[in-house]
Amino acid sequence: MTTLPAQSPAQTSRNPGELAVHCKALTKTYGKGDSAVRALRGVDLDVSKGELLMLVGPSGCGKTTLISVIAGVLEHDAGECVVFGQSLRAMSGSERTRFRGHTVGFVFQAFNLIPTLTIAENAAVPLLINGVSRRDAVGRASEILTRVGLGTRLKDMPNRLSGGQQQRVAIARALIHKPRLIVCDEPTSALDKDTGHSVMELLREVAIGPEQSLIVVTHDSRIFEFADRIARMNDGQIEKVVESHLEL
Amino acid sequence: MNYLAIKMIMGDRLKYIGLLLGLTFAAMLITQQMGIFLGYTVRMFSFITDTPAAQLWVMDPQTKFTEDSKPVSDTAALRVRSVDGVAWAVPMYRGPLNVKIQGGQNERCVLIGVDDGTLVGGPPKMVEGRIEDLWQTDAVIVEEKAAKTTLRVREADGSMRGLRVGDTLSINDRSARVVGLCALADAFFWEPVLYTTYSRALNYAPPERRQTSFVLAGLKPGSSIENVAKLVESTTGMSALTNDGFTRMTTLFVLKKTGILINFGITVALGFVIGILVAGQTFYNFVVDNSRHFGSLKALGLSNRRLLGMIVVQVLIVGAIGYGLGVGAASVSGTALRQVGLSFILPKELLIGSAVAMLGICLVAACLGAVRVMRLEPGIVFRGA
Repeated sequence: MTTLPAQSPAQTSRNPGELAVHCKALTKTYGKGDSAVRALRGVDLDVSKGELLMLVGPSGCGKTTLISVIAGVLEHDAGECVVFGQSLRAMSGSERTRFRGHTVGFVFQAFNLIPTLTIAENAAVPLLINGVSRRDAVGRASEILTRVGLGTRLKDMPNRLSGGQQQRVAIARALIHKPRLIVCDEPTSALDKDTGHSVMELLREVAIGPEQSLIVVTHDSRIFEFADRIARMNDGQIEKVVESHLEL
Repeated sequence: MNYLAIKMIMGDRLKYIGLLLGLTFAAMLITQQMGIFLGYTVRMFSFITDTPAAQLWVMDPQTKFTEDSKPVSDTAALRVRSVDGVAWAVPMYRGPLNVKIQGGQNERCVLIGVDDGTLVGGPPKMVEGRIEDLWQTDAVIVEEKAAKTTLRVREADGSMRGLRVGDTLSINDRSARVVGLCALADAFFWEPVLYTTYSRALNYAPPERRQTSFVLAGLKPGSSIENVAKLVESTTGMSALTNDGFTRMTTLFVLKKTGILINFGITVALGFVIGILVAGQTFYNFVVDNSRHFGSLKALGLSNRRLLGMIVVQVLIVGAIGYGLGVGAASVSGTALRQVGLSFILPKELLIGSAVAMLGICLVAACLGAVRVMRLEPGIVFRGA
């Protein structure tokens, strides 16, 4: 367990044991020399266990870079990023890969379902990656797809489903291996208002627990109401953290 | 993950079929051309195959291949017989002669004269008549295939028919009578082959100071063929080759002189290159098109090593199917080609060789795709649709 540094304005007052994510002075620069782009300029951010945090801000402000770092798909340059007590900086590449496979669930803007697999097989992918047999993995995928309302479509291919249904499959895939952190990148931007609402209701219902946290990157102000807290980013930094979208 | 890998590649119908066609075509081209090449190569030494009794071939050291016999002294067989380890040695005449067929047609044929007493070196398989019929007056045995084609007889009414037992020929203005027809292996060289006895062959052939083309020898039981060959060479000053040695010498000479190896080699190399280009490019496109999905798998925790395994499985599965289809197509086309007289063989060594070539093609294709996947940032999944 990493010792957590002193609290900053963007951080919570909770004790380290209650934190899912702790970021301190996080920096990330793309490129070198004149073409270098500083995507993160010393980000301080805490996410508590059981919390749904939304990251908002204009395009190019560093939201996606920040969740990429937190999810372990991108290495940061400096600062500290501790996720469920594990410092990402201290991990090797293969350790980060294992960490993602066990600890993180992903919901992508474009769903990223593999078009040649049935939806049950798609949802089963994280379990297959973690070495579960195909039969068991597809069996568990069937259960979770039933929970998200797709129990009758298990053998359908993704292109037979609507956008909202595809996002439900993606949510099932993100949850199937019981990850403690789920990161969602614009999960509703490709969906209409009602579908977006039902997807967020589903996420709140099934993706958050006492030991699970959810970080949602979004531009979609229609879903702000689902957040426990909202962190507004600008120019690579957390500008403001609020508990209600009305305070933004 | 292998199951996912196979479903990913086979589910992308267009790429799968493109990849399969490329690999099938490459396998077919490589196998078919190599099969024809090997068929021709085997035909080059058919004379040796058709003379199974010989264990050692003794000849003038300047002899380059089967058709290039340089006569040695008529006492050569006697000298070979005197060498330790040699059980028997007989002379053989082999040379081209003009043969006049009933009806006036002239054909250049190869006349083989075998030992008068033992008939060692005679035709390996009789279709009609007996090999002992060579002991009859003016007897010759004719290769059946040539009897039906090149040596056809023109009847008085102008109609043509195959040469038959009982027909007469004129060899160098001397009479010869067909007493049998024999079956020989298909030959690279096209002249019809006639067998007679050694002494009769010398009568047919134009007189020369030396007339023995080869001496065929057999070994005493327990003798080492290599040692006896060395002893024959050191004792007689002639060259002594085993069947394999003579085969190798003939094959290498013909390959070198005709350029056939280069021609077939170019075609086979072309098949290999086409295979790499088509399979490599198609598979690379498949990987590029599926970058987002490979990126997703990476993000979801699949290691590079396991992704590489998936790629190798994908290519090898399609490669194995393509190989099977290609070899099958080559076999079918080769069988059809054989019906029209073209050489084609498909030994297991060729199947193994083309499998290795296909494996090479698949691995190159996999490498092209793998480089792309290995360099893929899992963060690609967070970029917009």
